[in-house]
Amino acid sequence: MSRYIVRRLLQAVVTLFVLSVLLFAWLRSLPGGPVSALLGERSTPADRAALEAALGLDQPILVQYWRFLERASQGQFGVSTGVLPGRDALEIFLSRFPATIELSFFALTLAILLGVPLGYLAARRRGTFLDTGSVLFSLVGIAVPVFFLAFALKYVFAIQLGLLPPSGRQSVGINATHITGMYVLDGLMTREWDAAWDALRHLILPAVALSSIPFAVILRITRASVLEVLDEDYVRTAQSKGLRAPTIRGRHVLRNALIPVVTTIGLQTGALLAGAVLTERVFTFRGVGHALAYGFETRDYAVLQVLIMMAALVYILVNMVVDIAYAAIDPRVRVR
Amino acid sequence: MTENPRRPIPGTPRHKKERIDALAASSAPEGGAATASGGGTTTALREAGRVAGGEGVSLWMSAWRRLRHDWVFLVGAAIVVLFVLLAIIAPFIAPHDPAGRVLIDQVHRQSNPVPGPQPGHPLGADYLGRDLLSRLMVGARQTLIVGVLATLGGLFGGMALGTLAGAFGGWVDSVVMRVVDVLLSIPSLLMAFSIAAMFRSPSQWTVILAIAIVQVPVFARLLRGSMLAQRHSDHVLAARALGVRKGTIVFRHMLPNAMGPVIVQATLVLATAIIDAAALSFLGLGNPDDRAPEWGQMLGNAQSYFDSHPHLAVYPALCIIVVALGFTLVGESLRESLDPKSRR
Repeated sequence: MSRYIVRRLLQAVVTLFVLSVLLFAWLRSLPGGPVSALLGERSTPADRAALEAALGLDQPILVQYWRFLERASQGQFGVSTGVLPGRDALEIFLSRFPATIELSFFALTLAILLGVPLGYLAARRRGTFLDTGSVLFSLVGIAVPVFFLAFALKYVFAIQLGLLPPSGRQSVGINATHITGMYVLDGLMTREWDAAWDALRHLILPAVALSSIPFAVILRITRASVLEVLDEDYVRTAQSKGLRAPTIRGRHVLRNALIPVVTTIGLQTGALLAGAVLTERVFTFRGVGHALAYGFETRDYAVLQVLIMMAALVYILVNMVVDIAYAAIDPRVRVR
Repeated sequence: MTENPRRPIPGTPRHKKERIDALAASSAPEGGAATASGGGTTTALREAGRVAGGEGVSLWMSAWRRLRHDWVFLVGAAIVVLFVLLAIIAPFIAPHDPAGRVLIDQVHRQSNPVPGPQPGHPLGADYLGRDLLSRLMVGARQTLIVGVLATLGGLFGGMALGTLAGAFGGWVDSVVMRVVDVLLSIPSLLMAFSIAAMFRSPSQWTVILAIAIVQVPVFARLLRGSMLAQRHSDHVLAARALGVRKGTIVFRHMLPNAMGPVIVQATLVLATAIIDAAALSFLGLGNPDDRAPEWGQMLGNAQSYFDSHPHLAVYPALCIIVVALGFTLVGESLRESLDPKSRR
């Protein structure tokens, strides 16, 4: 087991290294090079020269790369030019991150709570209306552009029916104390129930929109995996031993079938991060995705650089943790 | 880290990369069926080449036999055929010029920015007074072009890398696959956004390029898996024993056998390419030139009118959903019918 963990850690290190090279290359290939990319269009020659010297652009490329790593490890990613002009890029990420964690958490929970039972039922009743219906539903879920779904939800439930707030994270009038930056959690911790409820109401629509793709994927993987397990010899053995059906379903089928589902859930963090860019923009939900969307729009490369790197970092770390957890559950993974 | 060809636990795809490998392995020719046993007599040799169960049916033939009765495939294929037909003939049957501002005199910035349905314009016009129905019809062409070119770009890029890795093996394989794995570990849509943001002035080509590059690692891994599976298979051994040149073996003996999963993947990628193009337009990274309409672009540009005139977004969105669904249905049913496990 420890050998597996070491191997997986080494893999993550290699991945991070290649990722840093890619990010470095990406910055260099931006229009006008990194200097005008980081300073924006309206920069004075003096500023340019200063930054050029600071970045060491006159040095050989390997030295430049080393400097880039140095600055990255110290958290110096430059100053925002478009999203929040003048603010430090890393600071923007840190202040926005809790919002996205909160949103992703709700979206993923929703996707799991709906996807796993539906996928299980679809597999158990294979070929019935329920099965065909949920498979079709998941295929449609993948085919709908996320931001269109977000707009449609906002239009129907916020604008036409007025049931839920159309944008933002919390109503303006509410004077809530913020500790973690995750507003629902904050409200619960400070016992400001109305603030928590208000933040939760703001979360519902974005979370539903964001959960569409993870839901569809989780449903399909669960269904395929349960179908596979139902065919296994050990299920037949359990049946012929005369075990009660609920025992077989819980201990033999579901437990084994959920293993690939767990990994899929880890992989879905990637879809969540990309989806958050679109959803948060539609709902003006000020998280990392919102900053990324405006970073792309205003070509704010200082912000983009740190946000993309952090997003990839989170994704890699989550998957590493999932992989290790998976190896702990399933011994077959370790030997490969 | 040396990477030996991993064998995924059948049917339980874990990682993006392992899912791809499983797909690659699914169509590898089943070796061993025709191997003659060592101490073979002449009869054994004569019987050896014969596969039990009557005459041989090619993979594609047997797949087609099942697909003919598969309503999922038929529905998907019908959508795809209609879409392609529309893309070809739309410019000739569209009632108006998609770029012509025929109803511009009815566009009033303040009171009524979007002209409604009226005789001659069943869906009304967009915010520049252009006939919406005509734009939707003609939009099929540009959507198809973006989807197909992006998929082909990813396919050929992946083919080059995957063939290189799979055919040479050794350190070439290690280096190529490490880079491919890292690219797969970046959320793909996020990568498409980042690539599109590299260009100062976006155009149709930057959109296509961004979507294509994201697909390169997927196809590369798929082809490399397929190549590796075949390297030690009997038909390649036979070709090598006959003295066929290495290049010929790769391109004439190995590549054609790897095409099944590649075609499946390409069909699925076509669907995501169309959806991703819409997401790029939404973020302002799409093609700003809207004289030749594209559905994703129409949807992205309609965002500021969504609250007041949702139909501007709903029509192109429905087109995208239906077409993406069509390609997905075709891809999924193809995948199932080409999988030797489901063949019987």
